[in-house]
Amino acid sequence: MPSEKEQVLEFLTGKTGKSKFYFSDLCKVFPDKKQREVKKVLTELVNEGKLEFWSSGSTTMYGLTGAGKQKAEEE
Amino acid sequence: MAKHQTPLLDQLETGPWPSFVSDIKQEAAHRAANPDGLDYQTPVDCPDDLLGVLELSFKDKETHWKHGGIVGVFGYGGGVIGRYCDQPEMFPGVAHFHTVRLAQPSGKYYTADYLRGIMDIWDLRGSGLTNMHGSTGDIVLLGTTTPQLEEIFFDVTHKMNTDLGGSGGNLRTPADCLGQSRCEFACYDTQDLCHTLTNDYQDELHRPAFPYKFKFKFDGCPNGCVASIARSDFSVIGTWKDDIRIDQDRVKAYVAGEFKPGGGSHSGRDWGKFDIVKEVVDRCPTGCMSYDGAKLSIDNANCTRCMHCINTMPAAVKIGKETGTSILLGAKAPILDGAQMSSLLVPFVVVEKPYDEIKEVIENIWDWWMEEGKNRERVGETMKRLSFQKLLEVTNIKAMPQHVKEPRSNPYIFFKEEEVPGGFAHDEKAYRQRHMR
Repeated sequence: MPSEKEQVLEFLTGKTGKSKFYFSDLCKVFPDKKQREVKKVLTELVNEGKLEFWSSGSTTMYGLTGAGKQKAEEE
Repeated sequence: MAKHQTPLLDQLETGPWPSFVSDIKQEAAHRAANPDGLDYQTPVDCPDDLLGVLELSFKDKETHWKHGGIVGVFGYGGGVIGRYCDQPEMFPGVAHFHTVRLAQPSGKYYTADYLRGIMDIWDLRGSGLTNMHGSTGDIVLLGTTTPQLEEIFFDVTHKMNTDLGGSGGNLRTPADCLGQSRCEFACYDTQDLCHTLTNDYQDELHRPAFPYKFKFKFDGCPNGCVASIARSDFSVIGTWKDDIRIDQDRVKAYVAGEFKPGGGSHSGRDWGKFDIVKEVVDRCPTGCMSYDGAKLSIDNANCTRCMHCINTMPAAVKIGKETGTSILLGAKAPILDGAQMSSLLVPFVVVEKPYDEIKEVIENIWDWWMEEGKNRERVGETMKRLSFQKLLEVTNIKAMPQHVKEPRSNPYIFFKEEEVPGGFAHDEKAYRQRHMR
């Protein structure tokens, strides 16, 4: 059984066409977990540098670090 | 000589009001002159290019900013908003022009030293341009580059003891009026409540997990100086339970002209003699006041806390002594579904440290909204979609007369069995014998 963090990474790696996801999309990986518990898993992944936030200013999404076309523009 | 010709923007400066165009030009000239000999860490001409890109947008009638980005400081999901120009070759100074939000002090109390400290950091590491304050109330620093973000974050936290504010699907920077620090109308200590909840909800402020933004605002009284009822999802508005205090001698003094009405405001013009009936009694929105020539009376049960009598005659009419707050939920601006004011959820609660009663309401709402809210749905929209009744259920608040907005127009109210004392039995078979399908 993969760890919770691995499950998130697997979910994100398995997605094609989209690189950024709403918090609620990631909650679906753990249908039996409370949102606050899912948040803890995601926060750990962010702190480890494996996930990063994308923000429009009004909404925030999560994605794998470096994924998507915007990364190149930031450098 | 300006870097870009800006005839359309120049026209904005001809109006009667102070102009942000003039401000940006002033900063452009200041940076070009660099009187303090700073080693600018963002392009020196960024204010010039900002004017240039704005002029182009006026000409094209289109924005030249791209939306959003992945910039931020490590571990924080809010406080920095990535901004990129889509004409970077024409305007290299604003190719990367990120916004940084800082939490303003409670009540927006500043010292000159503090403001200079913030500007020392921002002149060096940003554009020098600010927006004091953003709509939510925070200090908005406009325009810096990605490599400067961690440096700015280190400096504001270590030197200024100031944290980043909120952005994105987060709790936004809480805001309050100056409350009991200066105002006799304040029914609770807005600054302490605002500061405490800001500290207690750090995780919600910096690590986004909400469907959309969520704002707290704390008004000490129903005058609503931070307009919480219109501008915050969770509006805390001071109120009182007992009667408005009236000093009849001072009422007479107002009538005799010994006190200036409204604390002397609007005195630039002669409005004639103060007329208590015309200016106070007849202006009461619920008509709960009367004046018989000697005594002012208020039917307190019908007072809706409009504050007009108290504002007009503050020396004679005062808020009650049994003070606390009302809590309302769901205000928002009109992005989806029109603007909305907050709806009354808790008519009265005493505001006492450690504020557990208020926090319980907040956390119940969050748990519900995080579970049920759709992406980009404000809690006020969730409340409308799933009903106020549902909100009462999740916050464990019993329905009460204060929740009724108007006489009901829909006669079909469905009660659940557990809501009716003694429950009820429904025999479908027997019912169908009497009523054919």
